[in-house]
Amino acid sequence: MNGVDRAAPLVLGIETSCDETGIGIVRGRSLLSNTIASSMDEHARYGGVVPEVAARAHLEALVPALTAAVAEAGITLDELDAIAVTSGPGLSGALMVGVGAAKALSVALDKPIYAVNHLVGHVGADILDESGTPFEYPTIALLVSGGHTSLLLVRDLVSDVELLGETIDDAAGEAFDKVARLLGLPYPGGPEIDRLAAVGNQTAIRFPRGLTHPKDMAKHRYDFSFSGLKTSVARWVEKQQDLGNEVPVADVAASFREAVADVLLTKAIAACADHGVPRLLLGGGVVANARVRELAAERAAAAGVALRIPPLSLCTDNGAMIAELGAQLIMAGHAPSTLDFPADSTLPVTEIQVH
Amino acid sequence: MLLAIDSSTGTSVAVVDLAGGILAEQAIDDTMSHAEVVGALLGDTLREAGVVPADLSAVACGMGPGPFTGLRIGIAAARAFAFGAGKPVVPLVSHDAVAFAWYSAGNEGDLLVETDARRKELYWSAYAGLSAAGLPVRVGGPGLARPEDVPESTGTRLEAAAVSAGALGMLAELTWAAGNDFAADEPLYLRSPDVSISSRKRVTS
Ligand SMILES: [Zn+2]
Repeated sequence: MNGVDRAAPLVLGIETSCDETGIGIVRGRSLLSNTIASSMDEHARYGGVVPEVAARAHLEALVPALTAAVAEAGITLDELDAIAVTSGPGLSGALMVGVGAAKALSVALDKPIYAVNHLVGHVGADILDESGTPFEYPTIALLVSGGHTSLLLVRDLVSDVELLGETIDDAAGEAFDKVARLLGLPYPGGPEIDRLAAVGNQTAIRFPRGLTHPKDMAKHRYDFSFSGLKTSVARWVEKQQDLGNEVPVADVAASFREAVADVLLTKAIAACADHGVPRLLLGGGVVANARVRELAAERAAAAGVALRIPPLSLCTDNGAMIAELGAQLIMAGHAPSTLDFPADSTLPVTEIQVH
Repeated sequence: MLLAIDSSTGTSVAVVDLAGGILAEQAIDDTMSHAEVVGALLGDTLREAGVVPADLSAVACGMGPGPFTGLRIGIAAARAFAFGAGKPVVPLVSHDAVAFAWYSAGNEGDLLVETDARRKELYWSAYAGLSAAGLPVRVGGPGLARPEDVPESTGTRLEAAAVSAGALGMLAELTWAAGNDFAADEPLYLRSPDVSISSRKRVTS
């Protein structure tokens, strides 16, 4: 760690856990580049992320994204203090592209490497939000995307993250994609549902809120389930079709979106209350959903909880959050990872750094 | 002087030089641990050769054919290393390295190189000796086939369990010296991605 700037380390982060190839460069708490190449369009015809298609796209996007990020940041590679990379969780074949590349870059540049947790990276993204002072800890974090739906208690970003709950089946973003598909809408489903829901009635149909019954709350107080909701939407739509009725897609979209937003925020605000933590941080691509943001603001205000939602470019998967988590680890004096760490598709959130 | 990486079978890394030959070569044959081992292999091989990235002219990379998850890691590492070191990547067909090593050991005649493609299939390439420049002459492939569908060969069938980055690197040096073209800079997956396109199934019957 000789020559490493502990006060404001210059870190390049590589993120390839799903369908975004993210290269981020940060100096301390400052964002210098957040370069993202997405393979989303290639998945559209399949209606969801195809792991092998994503992994192939990462390999092709990697060096162009690295080149663009370094140019945008206006740095030279030898100035870097460290490389950071997502070790997991995520799609295994996709993760491996980033891990292989990051290790090779670390050796080529003779710079230390930090293998970090993707979910904790989402929390770290808040530090790069220049719109306000970042949260102090502890905070509750609700991370919702096509790949995850997790509720975390973050006592300290680099040393103490607890998983309170997560989805036991589909991720919320996945549910949006599946419901969009059964309504005949294109992928990705989130923006489509959001667009339709804007002109629909969110109280038209009462869809179930998964894992909110008292019997479920005992065991799954902070867990989520969206596969029952998706099935329930499908049943309702099919029934209308069987009756020869036209399906009121805007009402279905609005009612479905309301069910998702309601259960997400009910559990997140409950976690704040239960743990006496008056701070809630949102992250993940589903933050793009207008109703999720709106309901979060309403419920947080009513509960006296301070709410933070970083800009969308820092909420969706990106390399800047990975670089920032690496920078925070360095600033806290943590030693780098060895070169032997794996890509771990099921890395638990308690493992903030993989050695 | 070149760094060479191949992960079409196991993971193999070498530092080679046209005049000095293979200066260092390290490999791990396990076909499931490319992402874990590639970093340490790179560092250790460079150290063993006493070479720093600035000494290199380029990074030679085996583009396969090979099972995609592992193959991709070596290519990602080669491209990222080259990016970091500010050197070009020179891509080669991995089977060519196997043929080059076989002919360089004094063998002659037609050669069919086969490597495991999993799912009861083989990757294959056919060769007809060395050119005047000492480079293997590929006359068929690389292809993907079930064992019974691999083209008949009158010569030797060589089922290779590993591709040597040392051989790959020396082949790259000779290709460079001869002024010949390298392979295309794209992975030889030879298989379309597996996709399960979900149908819009009813949940109620
Ligand atoms: Zn994510």
